[in-house]
Amino acid sequence: MLVLDLALKSLRNRAFSTSLTIGSIALSVALLVGVENVRTGMRESFSNTISQTDLIVGTKGGTIQLLLYSVFGMGASTENVSWEAYRQWAEHPAVAWTIPYSLGDSHRGFRVIGTNEDFLRHYRYRGGQEIALAEGRANAALFDVTLGADVAAELNYALGDEIAVTHGLGEVGFLHHDHMPFTVVGVLARTFTPVDRAIYVTLEGMEAIHWEGGAPPASDDGHAHDDAEAAPADDGHTHNQEMEAAPAGDGLDEADAAPADDGHAQEEAVEVSIDDVEVTQVTSFFVGMTSRRDVLQLQRQINDFEDEPMMAVIPGVALNEMWQGLGYAETGLRLVTVFVVLVGLLGMLVSLYTSLDERRREMAILRAVGAGPSRIVSLLVLESVCLATAGSIGGLALVYVLLSAGQSLVEAQVGLFIPIRPPGTIELLFLGAVVSAGFLMGFVPALKAYRTALHDGLAVRV
Amino acid sequence: MGFTVDVRHLRFRYGGGPWVLDIPELTLERGTRAFLFGPSGSGKTTLLGVLTGVLKANAGEVRVLGEDLASRSGAQRDAFRAEHIGYVFQMFNLIPYLSVLDNITLPVRMHAGRRARLDGKGVKETAAQLADHLQIGDLLKKQVTELSVGQQQRVAACRALIGAPELIVADEPTSSLDFDRREAFLELLFQECERAGATLVFVSHDRTLEGLFSRTISLPDINKALH
Repeated sequence: MLVLDLALKSLRNRAFSTSLTIGSIALSVALLVGVENVRTGMRESFSNTISQTDLIVGTKGGTIQLLLYSVFGMGASTENVSWEAYRQWAEHPAVAWTIPYSLGDSHRGFRVIGTNEDFLRHYRYRGGQEIALAEGRANAALFDVTLGADVAAELNYALGDEIAVTHGLGEVGFLHHDHMPFTVVGVLARTFTPVDRAIYVTLEGMEAIHWEGGAPPASDDGHAHDDAEAAPADDGHTHNQEMEAAPAGDGLDEADAAPADDGHAQEEAVEVSIDDVEVTQVTSFFVGMTSRRDVLQLQRQINDFEDEPMMAVIPGVALNEMWQGLGYAETGLRLVTVFVVLVGLLGMLVSLYTSLDERRREMAILRAVGAGPSRIVSLLVLESVCLATAGSIGGLALVYVLLSAGQSLVEAQVGLFIPIRPPGTIELLFLGAVVSAGFLMGFVPALKAYRTALHDGLAVRV
Repeated sequence: MGFTVDVRHLRFRYGGGPWVLDIPELTLERGTRAFLFGPSGSGKTTLLGVLTGVLKANAGEVRVLGEDLASRSGAQRDAFRAEHIGYVFQMFNLIPYLSVLDNITLPVRMHAGRRARLDGKGVKETAAQLADHLQIGDLLKKQVTELSVGQQQRVAACRALIGAPELIVADEPTSSLDFDRREAFLELLFQECERAGATLVFVSHDRTLEGLFSRTISLPDINKALH
């Protein structure tokens, strides 16, 4: 008790250096705990990119690849799933709902996705939140398009704007389909998921984009792909923009890139209604089950499907697998914060150590009134522990203050929701580790004081 | 018994250095007010370190109150000092972050044995009484940094005297005081030592004070390490 009293009073006496030391430990602990919180938040928001979907189905390939192109809008599938096969699984008795996805096109760098009303009806993210329309209506007609929130904001599109959708993915699009002007009819509310960075058309609209020359029936799809990918140097970028950017002057380029009967086809095309288009394929589809118990069984059935090479993945499992792959980044981050805490504690060590010289007199007095060297050691170790404890608690408090102040801001700015929870095992573990480290480090100045006290005895030259 | 201090054939040196102390014999009877003098470097403070058990003799016997400190462990010597010895430094006697009261009561809080010597009186009560005797009763609540040097030395005397230890050791406690205050301080110190029946070892190089003591010891005369 006496030693604790001495330690606290001694620390209070050196209020300035004490508060600096506590402050630096608090900052480093706040960083450690804060990074841990952000990491948890990132992980949760990552695995909540999509929710309530039991299976994602596509053509056979890599699990992560399927996840990437279906959920994150990255990469592409080499093969598609036929419409017949899709319907067959969609009507499976264990299946409650499906969302068909048809990918592969882009508009000014944003992915164009063909889907149907099931998307708005069934797609869920972050613990079951629905996709909502911020303005406008859902797609209904063949050339209707709905924009993700980021697309509308970054490209500055509004309802009623006509846009051209190109084939293939890339910053530079092509005006092959300028005869098929899509009209913005809706903008989705922000979700902070990849949904915000996509453009949604109807499945039929997506088929229509693939038509060579603008007339149904769509010719060989593979050919259209080649076309798009083979001509990146084309002047297309001058008119890969909105429709209105294509006045008469561009005629020469157009002749280059597209058949001359485009204008003719356009007249035909605009008269094509959504009912006239037959959807032939999807890239992948999301499946919701009537009963979760059947997920594994259905997954096996799909994987064993003989008519077409198909694959089903459980999003949660695949997302976890993917996150594991990113684990080294996490480890690195954590390592850095651990070192920051060590630096904070080293600052404490330095401060205690350098204070020893001016405290030799104090140590001699304590020795004179009967304090053994062990008392001297415990005094200094206790001071160190007090500093580390105060710093840890301060750091934890700082995290909560910052979190409660910045939570909504962070969510609005970067879409990262960091949950505020009472300190859990991991926080207590951190605090325990920091205090233990403080305890161990306290022995460095303490042992010096011990040696000095033994050597000085009662003769202290001040 | 009879002797508070009974030193025989004491030899001491720091580490592997030259001998600092070589004292064949030094005895102090109970209740003695001893004046120990010697020039700087004659081993005064070192001798006090050995007598209080802070330093351990390399050879010989250092009996204090019959206990041979030369054959005791460090922890035993620390406990012995806490219980039986009061110490006053030349200056800077006080722990700067403690109040006057906390400084005075430090020894009894340090060691239960010293606390047991309070005759059943409370710690604060005893401290206040001592402070009154030394005429600093009104300073108990103050921070030590607010005190004059003379006041600080009286606080240090209170701390040495609390719990009535048998041996009071003072290392030039008056050298930072002017002459008038020196005598006043010594008078109070003597008074309290007498009241407690304590033996006083008072070190100084200032022989003008010699006459106030019952016995004078010249360290150069008894310390053969100096020859």
